[in-house]
Amino acid sequence: MALPELKQTTTEARLASVTLPEGGCLEPARRAALSRVQGMGLPDRRDEYWKYTRPDTLISVDVTKAAVFETDETPAFSEFDRLQIVFVDGVFDAEASDDLSLEGVSIERLADVQGKDIHWVKDLYGVLEARGQTPVERPLAAFNTAFATDGVVIHVTGTPSKPINLTYRHANDSSDAILHHVIKVDSGAEATILENGPAAARFNKVMEIDIADKGTLHLLRAQGRDHERRAATHLFAHLGEESAFKSFTLTVNGVLTRNEAVVEFTGDNAMAHVAGACVGDGDFHHDDTVFITHDAVNCESRQVFKKVLRNGATGVFQGKILVKEGAQKTDGYQISQSLLLDDDSQFLAKPELEIYADDVACSHGSTSGAIDEDGLFYLRSRGVPIGEATDLMTLAFLAEAVEEIDDSEIAASINDRLYGWLARRR
Amino acid sequence: MAALDQFEAKEGVDQETVDAVRDVSTYKYGWNTDIEMEYAPKGVNPDIVRLISSKNEEPEWMTEWRLQAFERWTGMKEPNWAMVNYPEIDFQDQYYYARPKSMEVKPKSLDEVDPKLLDTYAKLGIPLKEQMILAGVEGAEEAQTEERKVAVDAVFDSVSVGTTFQAELKKAGVIFCSISEAIREHPELVKKYLGTVVPASDNFYATLNSAVFSDGSFVYVPPGVRCPMELSTYFRINAENTGQFERTLIIADKGSYVSYLEGCTAPQRDTAQLHAAVVEIIIEEDAEVKYSTVQNWYPGDENGKGGIYNFVTKRADCRGDRAKVMWTQVETGSAVTWKYPSCILRGNESQGEFYSIAIANNMQQADTGTKMIHLGKNTKSRIVSKGISAGKAQNTYRGLVSMHPKAKNSRNYTQCDSLLIGDKCGAHTVPYIEVKNNSSRVEHEATTSKVDDDQLFYCRQRGMDEEEAVALVVNGFCKDVLQALPMEFAMEAQQLVAISLEGSVG
Repeated sequence: MALPELKQTTTEARLASVTLPEGGCLEPARRAALSRVQGMGLPDRRDEYWKYTRPDTLISVDVTKAAVFETDETPAFSEFDRLQIVFVDGVFDAEASDDLSLEGVSIERLADVQGKDIHWVKDLYGVLEARGQTPVERPLAAFNTAFATDGVVIHVTGTPSKPINLTYRHANDSSDAILHHVIKVDSGAEATILENGPAAARFNKVMEIDIADKGTLHLLRAQGRDHERRAATHLFAHLGEESAFKSFTLTVNGVLTRNEAVVEFTGDNAMAHVAGACVGDGDFHHDDTVFITHDAVNCESRQVFKKVLRNGATGVFQGKILVKEGAQKTDGYQISQSLLLDDDSQFLAKPELEIYADDVACSHGSTSGAIDEDGLFYLRSRGVPIGEATDLMTLAFLAEAVEEIDDSEIAASINDRLYGWLARRR
Repeated sequence: MAALDQFEAKEGVDQETVDAVRDVSTYKYGWNTDIEMEYAPKGVNPDIVRLISSKNEEPEWMTEWRLQAFERWTGMKEPNWAMVNYPEIDFQDQYYYARPKSMEVKPKSLDEVDPKLLDTYAKLGIPLKEQMILAGVEGAEEAQTEERKVAVDAVFDSVSVGTTFQAELKKAGVIFCSISEAIREHPELVKKYLGTVVPASDNFYATLNSAVFSDGSFVYVPPGVRCPMELSTYFRINAENTGQFERTLIIADKGSYVSYLEGCTAPQRDTAQLHAAVVEIIIEEDAEVKYSTVQNWYPGDENGKGGIYNFVTKRADCRGDRAKVMWTQVETGSAVTWKYPSCILRGNESQGEFYSIAIANNMQQADTGTKMIHLGKNTKSRIVSKGISAGKAQNTYRGLVSMHPKAKNSRNYTQCDSLLIGDKCGAHTVPYIEVKNNSSRVEHEATTSKVDDDQLFYCRQRGMDEEEAVALVVNGFCKDVLQALPMEFAMEAQQLVAISLEGSVG
């Protein structure tokens, strides 16, 4: 079917402004992705899936400038022993990065891999993204597959001794970064991936994750602070039998962030937890869009999203649990809550269920409201000043999401950081 | 045979519930009345619109209004966002107007109405004689010192057959008549309110309705009047290949109150039939309207053959402060349902409530829910929706709760539960929540057989075993909704009361 005229024009313009990397084992996948983009067109405001978030600046030919945020604060996760991989404005920085060798895992740069004729990544690159295009189209992810310039491919074969930290630095006020990572977790293997930093003025990132039977992956993201970047990220996770995937994302400011998580259970008895905490202040638009497909028996999924908003910030949550026919004994849980600290902020939510199996338990809840006055009064009556009391109540509100982090040290560090940020803005 | 027999409900689903669903899914109103009919030519075009208008002896402004709507409709596309699938409708292969020949000359009173028509309604339990009362309320009059009266407007295909108790209502100042009569007799009221809640260009089906609606009911309750009896409209589709497009307009002026009931059935036929209605309700300051529906259109057979496509736009506008509206619906019929009775809470402290039970069996598809648009301060809304799917049916709750920036201190509570009987059906929830101020509270939940721990604890403390306590607390899947139904629907309510929430999926 032909695209609407405006969509056709904007899509063509954007496609004309980028070049598809040629040669090597990934070219067929890139070409297929390009034709997906041409078929779907890039998102616009009229698309139901973009009802609450304006994609204009994410698809425009020119990048809206974003000032580089200067801070003396130590970057997230720097207190932990980790293997750090640094990207500056979306380009791998070998000097700033650690040596990529670590027992139990093989790490390669996407740019190095794509030149090869044969590589395991060929069977995954763009494959999970393509699967994630139905029933809902995600054109920005297909765009990424076609035009990604850099990224890492990680093959987890054992249990590496330390987490792998992808750090995204922002140096140029009009940089446009397109990163594509592929992570393959072997049967019985387990790893932790950390991500932090604003990345670029505009950031499009796709992470494809394939977890084999009994594999485990932890993904922890801390999306910068006070920066002006605009980002659209996608993660596509494919889960085998008895595997586990746990993800937590912390977002503190950023003009526009759209995080899509697409999780698919194809093996029985697996579990996936997707959680997020966000604190938005002022010119801030944060969108969590989650789609979980249960296509296996006895799997457990949990979505926990908490948003604290003030000074005109907007929080969006679009979550969906799809239970396919035969996916019996599914346990699906979804909660999205917002705490609106003032009258200018808004919370827009669409928590959906689509169920085709009768022996399942799926529940979803969504609430929105102001801070609990009774709780505030209690704290104040015990001598806690109003600002600190508000922060404590806010932290308590976010706790359910932060508690989704298994590693207690990382959870504590995230909490400290949150408290520091809240206190600084008091 | 109901498809339910072929499916095993999973453990935990109450057998009584399965039986009750099977029972309500057995269609009892599938017979047809053999009566001579008069049709307008098939299809829809400006001439048909003019013809319908002239059959209703409408003034020029009304014809013009219809034609404008038709003009708009030709440029509109059928919505496709609902989770329903049906073969493409050929809008030119339908009759848009059908009336019994005997209605050619309007009967002056019910005594002159063709006995065949009166029998039809009597058979449906809707006697059109004032000395009789609606079926299903036997015993009701004993409870009351006075006889319980219900005024009925009976719509047969495209025309209103008659309206009972008009004289008695008139004494109280209440106008209750068919909309075609209102256009002739009370043009000032119709002109003032028609299309102000559901604009002629609102959506594809509402616009089509605006162009071709043939009849429907009109209610005006003057300031300070509590309508002395329940008002009701009974819609019957009888003719084949004929769409029914009725329009209802209810105006509750300041401080008034009215309870309105709506029932509908259709004969069993192999081809699908279209029903696209519009209901507009205007509620002024301190007024209250209760609108209850038992939708029982023919659902089609177990293979999905035939049935009514029910595409309905219903909306209430709480214009004045402290205005209140309550929608209660029991949806058991129709092959496809597309229906979202909504509340615009414009007046400060106005309230909207929506209670719904949707039961879908065999190949039925229901996409239904509500919109609560909070515009005024201190407005409140409550949504309770229960969906049950059996056979190969699909049941979707779709709703919107919107808190406008100015709707300070407003409150919404939404609860939707679904139950699946068998593993070939589906239950879906698509809520939209938009909160644009922080003094309002919005809560949405859709949960599994969630039993309140405190209540359970209370019961157990008093010596009940766990099972008994659960049975008592979760005593009825549908009770929340059934309590909101007026007495007149007692029969339907009795059938549904056996349905429990146990084993719901979310």
